[in-house]
Amino acid sequence: MALALFRKAQVVPVPAIEAASLRSDRFRLERETDWRRLEAIVTALEKNRLRRISDEDLLALPVLYRQAASSLAVARETSLDAGTLAYLESLVRRAWFQVYGPRTSLTGWLRRFLGGQWSAAVRAIWLELCIALAAMIAGTAVGWLLVARDSDWYYALVPGEFADSRRPGATRAVLAEALTGTEGKGEGLTVFAAYLFSNNTGVAVMAFALGFAFGVPTLLLLVFNMAVLGAMMWLFVDAGLGWEFAAWLSVHGTTELAAILLAGAAGLHIGRAMAFPGARPVLAAAAQGGRLAALVMAGVVLMLAVAGLLEGYARQLVEDPIARGAIGVTMGLAWLTYFLLAGRRRVVRQNGAAT
Amino acid sequence: MTAVALAAQHRGVLRRQRELVTPEGLTLPLTIASRGARAGALLLDLALIFGFLLLLLIGLAAAGIAAIETAEPGPAMELVLVLLLLFVFLLRYGYFLYFELGPRGATPGKRALGIRVAARANSNGGGGRLTAEAVIARNLMRDVEVFIPAVFLVSGIGASMGATGWAATVWLAVFVLFPSFNKDNLRAGDLVAGTWVVEAERRALPQAMSVREEPGRSYRFGEAELKVYGEHELQVLEGVLRHNNPQAQRQVLEAICRKIGWEPGHDDDRAFLEAFYAALRARLEGDMRFGKRKKDKFS
Repeated sequence: MALALFRKAQVVPVPAIEAASLRSDRFRLERETDWRRLEAIVTALEKNRLRRISDEDLLALPVLYRQAASSLAVARETSLDAGTLAYLESLVRRAWFQVYGPRTSLTGWLRRFLGGQWSAAVRAIWLELCIALAAMIAGTAVGWLLVARDSDWYYALVPGEFADSRRPGATRAVLAEALTGTEGKGEGLTVFAAYLFSNNTGVAVMAFALGFAFGVPTLLLLVFNMAVLGAMMWLFVDAGLGWEFAAWLSVHGTTELAAILLAGAAGLHIGRAMAFPGARPVLAAAAQGGRLAALVMAGVVLMLAVAGLLEGYARQLVEDPIARGAIGVTMGLAWLTYFLLAGRRRVVRQNGAAT
Repeated sequence: MTAVALAAQHRGVLRRQRELVTPEGLTLPLTIASRGARAGALLLDLALIFGFLLLLLIGLAAAGIAAIETAEPGPAMELVLVLLLLFVFLLRYGYFLYFELGPRGATPGKRALGIRVAARANSNGGGGRLTAEAVIARNLMRDVEVFIPAVFLVSGIGASMGATGWAATVWLAVFVLFPSFNKDNLRAGDLVAGTWVVEAERRALPQAMSVREEPGRSYRFGEAELKVYGEHELQVLEGVLRHNNPQAQRQVLEAICRKIGWEPGHDDDRAFLEAFYAALRARLEGDMRFGKRKKDKFS
């Protein structure tokens, strides 16, 4: 092993150029040292060992890349050496991926993302946001109306885990008990928050990914999920606990529902881009829409993490309906302000550059 | 491999050839990764993820059994549970993201199969930068394409649900089989993100062919001997010489001698083949410089 490593580090001696009898081989031997230097730099870049690369090498990278690229262009027309051609093609391709690779680091990307890119992306899909919001309101109304007409619908809509004590005909006291939700007092809350986060993210990603089928499944998913909420709402309002329920829900609900709204809208955006690409080719439209929607989705994951914490901690620890409502409304307003205001200047500049 | 199989393989590779125009105006050949390579890479990655998870669970179970017997579930147990939940979440969404955002643009599975993610060339061939958004988009779609069908298959929900199960199976099959119905082997995530998966093999630079330390016996080949072969045969001969298998070299030597009407000698096979290779390549490359190319012996 050590021997192999040692051998690898050794510089391969390049034969004297005059030794080659073919003109195309002499062409190759003249340039071989530069190719090998480029290969060493590219390999170090691929391994993310930036410190191993000297400043000279880094400065030489674009020049070496262009040299190798032009060598390839010449070799294709003058050389029939398949081995050398394959090597050059692979070298130029690898160098291209490094020279034109992603330019930002993760932290740099995060700063740009939070500093306006995200909110700008959210504003850009305003039409889908309106559609998704309409679907969510419609879903809630449907759930409410169905259960109001026939309370058996409640069992069809609400999954079993929620329908424990919260069922039609339950007394006011039982329902109020369900809203306090302070059993355990702080124990297992972190687990609960983490579980909620990963579960909700799964649902949100699904709403996004299903947008691929022209947005129809996303709409269905939004309507169905909100119908559950509508049904539960009816149950509590019917028992005269409407205000308490709203406060209980709003602690995390403003954040979570906003995240689901964004995820649904992101999915719809992809669906709309594919169904109505306009003057662009469908593939280009889908890619453009997909990248914008992915920006929104990265933020959705963040929002769901916040919502998980609020649901796991704040809702369980704060019992007073007024305090609960205040937390929820504050969070909702904070998100709204952020989306409306963050990165305004940036968008103006980008639009200016685009036109 | 038979000649027919080889030809079919060659056609398959040709169908996957694409060209990318770099900002310098150079055409860069790319080969789209085959479906088999992509499926293999995915299976490797999934095996890695599940293997890692399994090890972790076994480790935790071993530690947990001891902990439960000594103490009741306390804060330490809770912390472990939270970490486990977050870890599974990270594996599910973060594994592919992290590796594909790296400088190699490939997960360990993809690397093993010599493929990587790249930004798709636009309609006039211009290649772009692979952005973080694109990688996020293609990996969020993976949920519907890979994880949900996998859970569906493993848990056998489809079999127990009758008509609904069948509908769900068909629906998921659309996603799973998507790469089979377009020429770039794009999966739904690639389509949405504007990416594709291409071959990214690392090749070593082989030795120059016409460099010889000691001149052997000299052969002279005339016009009549050299005109029988084209570029394809030259490159086959190059392969034989590079592999340096005496038996194959002897066979090729006999084939060449039959073709050009010489009597195969019994001295150094390799010296003869190298001389013939150099002469043939000199001739073909000379013609190339005048814009004349001979693809193979039939043209």
